Amino acid sequence: MNTSAILFYAIATLILGAALLAVTSLKIFRSAIWLLFSLVGIAALYFWMQVEFIAAIQIVVYVGGIVVLIIFSIFLTQQSGNKMAKPAAPKIIFSALAAILGTAFTFNLINHYGFNTLSAQPFNSSVSEIGIQMLSTTSYGFILPFEVVSMLLLAAMVGCIVIAMKPTAASIIHLNKKED
Amino acid sequence: MNEVPLTHILFLSTALFFIGMYGLFTRRNLITMLMSIELMLNSVNINFVAFNKYLFPDKLDGLFFSLFIITIAAAEAAVAIAIIINLYRSHQSIDVDDATEMKF
Repeated sequence: MNTSAILFYAIATLILGAALLAVTSLKIFRSAIWLLFSLVGIAALYFWMQVEFIAAIQIVVYVGGIVVLIIFSIFLTQQSGNKMAKPAAPKIIFSALAAILGTAFTFNLINHYGFNTLSAQPFNSSVSEIGIQMLSTTSYGFILPFEVVSMLLLAAMVGCIVIAMKPTAASIIHLNKKED
Repeated sequence: MNEVPLTHILFLSTALFFIGMYGLFTRRNLITMLMSIELMLNSVNINFVAFNKYLFPDKLDGLFFSLFIITIAAAEAAVAIAIIINLYRSHQSIDVDDATEMKF
């Protein structure tokens, strides 16, 4: 067992422990903070796998974006210090049973499937490689999904603003007139 | 690096996925359910990157898949939170048990 393996198991413990606490903690704010630790652990796992670009994106988008968004929405929608109601005991038991059985089944499948890892070739995931392939218009280039996903982000942004906008007094009067 | 086999990374992502599933089943609060979904999406990302690195080191397709999944997850979280805030305005609560108007 060398340093790299020890590092992997430490990161795995961090990810799984923080994730377990995130789904079981009864205080919603603590739950969000445990989620944050779990996501940082996943970014560390990407660093361990030497895919630095994905790790950086993980930190920027998840840790810097989504978790902050979630914490804001917790502050906007409820008292963050309140405890949530504990779920009913039968629900906990059956959910845990389903999760454990699913995990055991998948572990069994993975264990018996022999992956033939032919890692003779070096794995080159530098930012320049990723950038060239992402914006290339030849076959195996990813320019079309790149453009489509940028349209999706624009649509999501406009949609969020429209959904969460407070209705103005003028629009309410307009709607009431229509109903009459 | 090669001390840790691919199967151990797959074990990690499987456990993470089912932890997320457990959270989705037990929680009744929309924000915590969204957090569980984020955990499940992240476990899928780990799988894509690990398969890419260990099985197809000459290609980059797995990395691109996880990049696009991260982008779409960000859009999904933003829309979900907009809907949650709108729901809170009309119901004063974000429990799924309180929003039952469309329940058949």
